[in-house]
Amino acid sequence: MSRISTDQVKHVANLARLAVTEEEVEKFTKQLDAIISFAEQLNELDTENVEPTYHVLDLKNVLREDIPKQGLPREEVLKNAPEHQDGQIKVPSILGE
Amino acid sequence: MSLFDYKVSDLHELLHKKELKVSDLVDESYKRIAQVEDKVQAFLTLDEERARLTAKSLDEKLNTDVTKGLLFGMPIGLKDNMVTKGLRTTCASKILENFDPIYDATVVQKLQQAETVTIGKLNMDEFAMGSSNENSRFQKTRNPWNLETVPGGSSGGSAASVAAGEVLFSLGSDTGGSIRQPAAFCGVVGLKPTYGRVSRFGLVAFASSLDQIGPITRTVEDNAYLLQAISGLDPMDSTSAPVEVPNFASALTGDVKGLKIAVPKEYLGEGVSESVRQSVLDALKVLEGLGAVWEEVSLPHSKYALATYYLLSSSEASANLARFDGVRYGYRAPDAESLMDLYKKTRAEGFGEEVKRRIMLGTFALSSGYYDAYYKKAQQARTLIKKDFEDVFEKYDVIVGPTTPTPAFKIGEKIDDPLTMYVNDILTIPLNLAGLPGISVPCGFDGGLPLGLQIIGKHFDEATVYRTAHAFEQATDFHKQKPGL
Repeated sequence: MSRISTDQVKHVANLARLAVTEEEVEKFTKQLDAIISFAEQLNELDTENVEPTYHVLDLKNVLREDIPKQGLPREEVLKNAPEHQDGQIKVPSILGE
Repeated sequence: MSLFDYKVSDLHELLHKKELKVSDLVDESYKRIAQVEDKVQAFLTLDEERARLTAKSLDEKLNTDVTKGLLFGMPIGLKDNMVTKGLRTTCASKILENFDPIYDATVVQKLQQAETVTIGKLNMDEFAMGSSNENSRFQKTRNPWNLETVPGGSSGGSAASVAAGEVLFSLGSDTGGSIRQPAAFCGVVGLKPTYGRVSRFGLVAFASSLDQIGPITRTVEDNAYLLQAISGLDPMDSTSAPVEVPNFASALTGDVKGLKIAVPKEYLGEGVSESVRQSVLDALKVLEGLGAVWEEVSLPHSKYALATYYLLSSSEASANLARFDGVRYGYRAPDAESLMDLYKKTRAEGFGEEVKRRIMLGTFALSSGYYDAYYKKAQQARTLIKKDFEDVFEKYDVIVGPTTPTPAFKIGEKIDDPLTMYVNDILTIPLNLAGLPGISVPCGFDGGLPLGLQIIGKHFDEATVYRTAHAFEQATDFHKQKPGL
């Protein structure tokens, strides 16, 4: 039985902000299905009462003094922006006409 | 003979005695690159002008009494996922093709303090996702031992450039084996430090709970020196560890008498080629001859490491790579009609196939309704895998096994089947999940291709890993062989 449908792949692509062609949807459906099927071997493991490991080091709440510092210069930051105007990064309009 | 056949300590001595100049070392790099780079294709960007200027100013310093550190003047290559101010950093991705970083990664700053000379930026699988360098958007680096085979990955350029004598040493990064596997394939020494040993600030993130930067060198001794220079707590990386950095080179005593070695039966089982198995057994004999003792042990959850790794690393990657959206930096798709359209087109055009596949897998594993079944389950499996190692390390000093199941494979052989490609990392992945340090040292050849011995240590015990690797290296000749380019 297929674990992942083409509709699910389209939904996930939308969440991931990836434009996909019908061909890619077909391919990803097959490949993700194979990888997920492989990953389901984890179901053999009894993980009742097993704490999840988010992080391997025993570090908690690494804090520092809240001291204001100079930010990066604006020209530097804008250097890599694909489009900018009046010192600000430019994107297509968000609100409808 | 190449200048890079000398060890760091010898070159340092020659510089000190004024029998050698930094410019000679930098010349050696670019001369060799001119000779072999069209075959090896390890570099994405060269920094020749700046490197020669740096060499000149270091040579002026040579004539003064100012203290010069051990790495003073040594030519280094950097994997192209460490940001370098004013030097293009691409992650071998179209989405960062023209990215010009405005700051230096902590490791780059530390190398500047050590006064190394950066020769250029090295090819890799796009965003470090891959085991062959075939996922680079720009070029396929080749294995200097056999140009028809892959150099390994994702730090393929880092390993190939050292093996080819284009640089003295390099830095790579390792998320699931990306330093150790290419080091094994290219016959050089590669170490993944303990998670937290080296700052990740300025390393473009793939999977933040697994990524570590580490050195790739010709010898174990040089490896220890390079790790020394880049280690330590960094206020800019809250996951760098507040632990003392020992003097790694002082661990290289050659003495492994009484060292207790564990050999996991799972690491010599199915899927591991006969030549690899034999080379490890031979290596154990060498270590035994030096006074170490070894016993077979079991890491019973090893077989779950691969699935665990792909779920966790892809989940983390899907979050980390969300920042590449065509807004603040990097590639932007032309002709987008709305902001959403801009995001989607930019990412579809900017990312390569493997990167998209992992973003999709990670997004799926983190999505509503599947989080517990996949992501959380994998994190629980991670606990069990980590526990396996803790149990073994109660009784043993190091774990020894192969670095890879086979020698380097042919270019194109595995590219069409993601799962077959993933299996190649089965012996290196468990360490990243557990955060442990591990090294690959040359331990044999099969059909003219190098094989690597993997030595795994306890958390923050790189010293014992180095001591074992060094003793083995000094007792064998594998590291002295060079590819006939």
